[in-house]
Amino acid sequence: MIPVRCLSCGKVVSAYFEDFQKRTEMGEDPKQVLDDLGVTKYCCRRMFIAHVEVW
Amino acid sequence: MEIEIKNRDDNLMVFTVEGVDVSMVNALRRISMVEVPTLAIETVEILKNDARIFDEALAHRLGLVPLTTDLESMILAEDCDCEGHCPRCSVSLILKGKGPKTLYSGDLKSQDTNLKVVLDTIPLVKLKEGEEVELEAIAKLGLGVEHAKWQPTTTCAYQHYPEITIDPDKCEACLDCVKGCPRNVLEYDEKNNQINVVDLENCSMCRTCEKDCQNKAITVESVADKFIFRIETDGSLSPTEVLTRACDILSEKADNIVTFSEGGS
Repeated sequence: MIPVRCLSCGKVVSAYFEDFQKRTEMGEDPKQVLDDLGVTKYCCRRMFIAHVEVW
Repeated sequence: MEIEIKNRDDNLMVFTVEGVDVSMVNALRRISMVEVPTLAIETVEILKNDARIFDEALAHRLGLVPLTTDLESMILAEDCDCEGHCPRCSVSLILKGKGPKTLYSGDLKSQDTNLKVVLDTIPLVKLKEGEEVELEAIAKLGLGVEHAKWQPTTTCAYQHYPEITIDPDKCEACLDCVKGCPRNVLEYDEKNNQINVVDLENCSMCRTCEKDCQNKAITVESVADKFIFRIETDGSLSPTEVLTRACDILSEKADNIVTFSEGGS
């Protein structure tokens, strides 16, 4: 499961992750989705991109 | 002191301050980050946990969930004269669920109607068929100095206000600085054959333009007493609330120094 907050800055990222996952699976560009969700800082963006949902 | 608000919404505020020195803005920054109290889950009593997540890991996730904080009606646990916890210094939340499903922060239920979870889509625990979780969490006011979960701010930073000067006598409008700038601060004005600064506040003062300029026509400096301050909160408090609180705390600290130096205690 994705960490609740961004490891660097502390912004709550987990609240948007399921949305991000759904939309990227539908074939949307991750960059576009993150911009839409208002995740602007690169520390938070890597939380989404680098996360692998194992269980 | 002059303050101009550039951008303001629920969780983010950007403003410029003029006429103050570094020590002042830095004091505000540090107090905003770690000395303004917020509410966060501190104690979790786990009644049942069949999920594959460990009790500690679940409690840790719960602690990081931001809760809307009403600073007027609550006091810090250490200032409260109760033993353990009471309604004045703590709020209790219940999380209960049976798989198969995912429990979200929105599933946290509280008797206190004023208490809300800022974001109710934070996944807390995933439950498989037949798994069950039941727990009581107690949220307390606390300070960021003790644990990061009590920090009201996520980004809280300031930078010097940039000042870009272009010497028209030396500038040959070769456009090296415009091409070199990673943040598109500069733009070429074809009509007047000169370089214009179009997005000054976006300048990070990396000085790439200075290095790229063969004639040393462009200089980047910072204004001594002007700052761009950016404050973003996790939603437990608004940026304005955090800053007003921080100012109150700072003046209280200053008052303490004054009384101390006058011989008081």
